[in-house]
Amino acid sequence: MNNFSYVLKRFLQMIPVFIIVTVLVFLMIRLIPGDPARVILGEKAPLEKLAAKRVEMGLDKPLIVQFGIYLKDLVHLNFGESIRYNQPVVELLKVRLPVTLLLTLTSMFFTVLISIPLGYLAGMKKDKPADQVVRGFSLFGLSAPSFWVGMILLMIFSVHLKWFPINGWGADWGDRLKSLILPGLTSAIGVSALIVRNLRNNIVDIKQMDYVSFAKSKGVGRLRICLRHIIRNALIPTTTLLALKFLSVLGGSVVTETVFNLPGIGSLLVNSILARDYAVVQCLVLIFVVVVLVVNLLTDILYSVLDPRVTLQ
Amino acid sequence: MKIDPLQKLMQNKSLLIGSIIVLFLVVLAIVPSLFTSYDPIALDPTAILEPPSARHIMGTDEYGRDIWSRIVYGTRLDLLIGVGAMIVPMIMGTAIGLLSGYYGGKLDSLLMRILDVFMAFPYYVLAIGIVAILGAGTKNLFIAMWLVGWKEYTRLIRSEVMVVKNMEYIQAAKSLGYSDGKILFRHILPNVVSNSIVYGASDIVMCILAGASMSFLGLGVQLPTPEWGAIISGGRAYLSTAWWITVFPGVLLIISGLGFSLIGDGLSDLLRAEDH
Repeated sequence: MNNFSYVLKRFLQMIPVFIIVTVLVFLMIRLIPGDPARVILGEKAPLEKLAAKRVEMGLDKPLIVQFGIYLKDLVHLNFGESIRYNQPVVELLKVRLPVTLLLTLTSMFFTVLISIPLGYLAGMKKDKPADQVVRGFSLFGLSAPSFWVGMILLMIFSVHLKWFPINGWGADWGDRLKSLILPGLTSAIGVSALIVRNLRNNIVDIKQMDYVSFAKSKGVGRLRICLRHIIRNALIPTTTLLALKFLSVLGGSVVTETVFNLPGIGSLLVNSILARDYAVVQCLVLIFVVVVLVVNLLTDILYSVLDPRVTLQ
Repeated sequence: MKIDPLQKLMQNKSLLIGSIIVLFLVVLAIVPSLFTSYDPIALDPTAILEPPSARHIMGTDEYGRDIWSRIVYGTRLDLLIGVGAMIVPMIMGTAIGLLSGYYGGKLDSLLMRILDVFMAFPYYVLAIGIVAILGAGTKNLFIAMWLVGWKEYTRLIRSEVMVVKNMEYIQAAKSLGYSDGKILFRHILPNVVSNSIVYGASDIVMCILAGASMSFLGLGVQLPTPEWGAIISGGRAYLSTAWWITVFPGVLLIISGLGFSLIGDGLSDLLRAEDH
């Protein structure tokens, strides 16, 4: 099977998963005890609004009809209204989604910046002091909770040194970039720990490969061996892992954004659950899932592009 | 030659140090009263937000509660979350992986489609979604983590079962007329479980961190119950004035993470040594 038809197959496999997730998210409101219209509109909603919502959701109709209504709304990007912010969920998304995406990209940038040099260093100097230090960092990164790391960074760099803003999101782009640095670094530390380990082990393995010793005995320069033979091959599995870790960072935005008070969809999800703002919760869960499905597909494609030996099956 | 397990432990430095750390935490969890004389919940209006001193070695919080005492009493819950949120999914995931890999066919496709659905959620989003339906609290935190954590075990076990089930000794057992149950549990399970156990050790670290994170977000263990993540969350309002509320529980989290990570590393070294 060639790669194109594999990708097509994977894409087709995504569709039932997406449908099932949509059903689950639809059922979510109905699984919570109480009247679904009241669950969505909140305790304080006036009776006439509730009655209107019941009609709108078709609560007197069979479940399947209600699901139809729900799907129709989804297609029209009508995700309902937030009871906490008193505005359509779509409007909230327009403001919030870019923050989370920027945060995730910043974290990935820092992750690459930290983990590739460290992983390379540790792999090339296996069992030397440099390797021990890097492995220590990676053990620490795996054991330290990101919310705690974030708070410690805030304490040092925002409260004491005053290099970065303490709270939230700046008014202009300069300030905003500044307020992304600490949160980006926070989630990068945890992810880097994993990537460093992976890259180090790849490099250790590849250094022992025949083609590396062959290149050496052929008299190929050291730099060229490192760049073309070792790093290039070691980075293939690492890149795939990086792509998958994009998703952990995205999911971790729930925690990071809460610590740093960033107005993204992660903190929005947490606050919406605490405020029982279920229309928002439903929409955000769906969005996270769509991103996961798309990134997984792209990762598969990326893997086959990077490593021509791979035929996807 | 048979090597004494204790001797093996002494040679494996990661395993040894990890075990010592975890043993220390277990003692903290079992007899917290040995390590502190303060009540972790009792309020003391005369000792509000005191910095670390001889009287309160890790200071006090905004209600005058001793931080060290809250950490010590929190150990039990945090370890329980780590181990409890690992073991149940491990059993669930192993069972599903065994069935899926062994029987294949329609059952396998069905179980794998269910797995795909669960894989489509980022960890925290699924856990938070479940808590949204059930409500926040310690019991529901466990349920959420059980429903989130089984996937990796299923994947690990299933892929190994698919290899092992075609081996000669399994075919032999089949032709001898052994029941599927006996083949699965006596012949397949012992041969496929080792990777899951190694993964389980690092999974405990993940579970402790995830449980603490959920409590930090206000979606897990609820105050005033002492739990490390919840204590740290209480320190958010006092970042500039009372660093001790935040710093110390985090150090304990890191230490316990280190302990279990080292055990995981040690176990996988052991396994690799046996493979050779």
